Amino acid sequence: MAAASDGTLLQGLRYKGREGQWSWLLHRVAGLGVLLFLVLHIFDIFLIGFGRTTFEELLFLYHSPLGRLFEVFLIFAVLFHAVNGLRIIILDFWPGLMEHQQRLVWVEVVVFLIIFLPVAVITLSPIFTGA
Amino acid sequence: MTMRVHVKVRRFDPDTDQSPWWSEHDLDAEPSDRVLDVLNKIKWEQDGKLAYRRSCAHGICGSDAMRINGMNYLACKVLVKDLGSNITVEPLLGLPVIKDLIVDMELFFEHYRSIMPYLVNNDPVPTKERLQSPEEHERYDDTTKCILCAACTTSCPSFWATGDYLGPSAIVQAHRFIFDSRDQAAADRLDILNQSSGVWRCRTIYNCTSACPKEIKVTKAIGEVKKALLFNRF
Repeated sequence: MAAASDGTLLQGLRYKGREGQWSWLLHRVAGLGVLLFLVLHIFDIFLIGFGRTTFEELLFLYHSPLGRLFEVFLIFAVLFHAVNGLRIIILDFWPGLMEHQQRLVWVEVVVFLIIFLPVAVITLSPIFTGA
Repeated sequence: MTMRVHVKVRRFDPDTDQSPWWSEHDLDAEPSDRVLDVLNKIKWEQDGKLAYRRSCAHGICGSDAMRINGMNYLACKVLVKDLGSNITVEPLLGLPVIKDLIVDMELFFEHYRSIMPYLVNNDPVPTKERLQSPEEHERYDDTTKCILCAACTTSCPSFWATGDYLGPSAIVQAHRFIFDSRDQAAADRLDILNQSSGVWRCRTIYNCTSACPKEIKVTKAIGEVKKALLFNRF
């Protein structure tokens, strides 16, 4: 019925939904990001077929500043997808909580940041300390 | 105090237009005017070709749901003072536009009819009313308020993605009968809602709840139907 070709997709992005709409969109994007990483990961594990040295030599990519930044994005995606998914599961099993759904999004943000920020700092700090 | 408002309306006439375009209008409005009053003023004083639906103009008939400043509302329930001096009006999203702000509601009503929106009770007809306690009524009272305006269904990204999805409104209507102690077809309705076009397409996004002009807790009602299906309890 409604199709992206009639501009529904772009108009949908302009729709002024609230926390629920944006967390849903981010959930999808994060899920896609994790899926793309999985493809990359399957590829880098496949490289071990060329011998241990080749594999280990290529690991420098993940240790480079750009690689670490990439890992922070990965952590963001996995963690957000997980925490947001838990929020949805909780609301699905206890529909009564749905009246507090907007507050729950902010609880989710706090939980996410408590875990994400230290992990991001630990991942990025070798760039600055040169470790 | 009168205020000057600038109104942008998304227009489309299939007879003359290749693609949608915006008409722009400047006019005076009272802060207490509703967007419907503004549209009437445009139609009556500036552009008689502007097409939109309205009937009761008091939030009961559900004819004038449309996207106003990016969100679904009933034009007869939103006041100019709550929107400011720039107002953008577009047709509901996800249904085909017939002309300007009028969308083809047939798919919406097809979904509505599919969930058997009527009382099914095969017991002999009683001589008096079919009695129900206030507690039994309370179970589904919220979902009796639906006026079929389509504001919820057309705010739902799952419905935008595929019109096959029955959508929040049809599920709300089903909820109204599933949890009615006098009804005997809950299992049939749940069966319909258990299909791929049913409740499982809901992604708990809450646009429907925000859009409902009657303040029905739509997502909660859908959640209750999901739970009824999961635990076979209703």
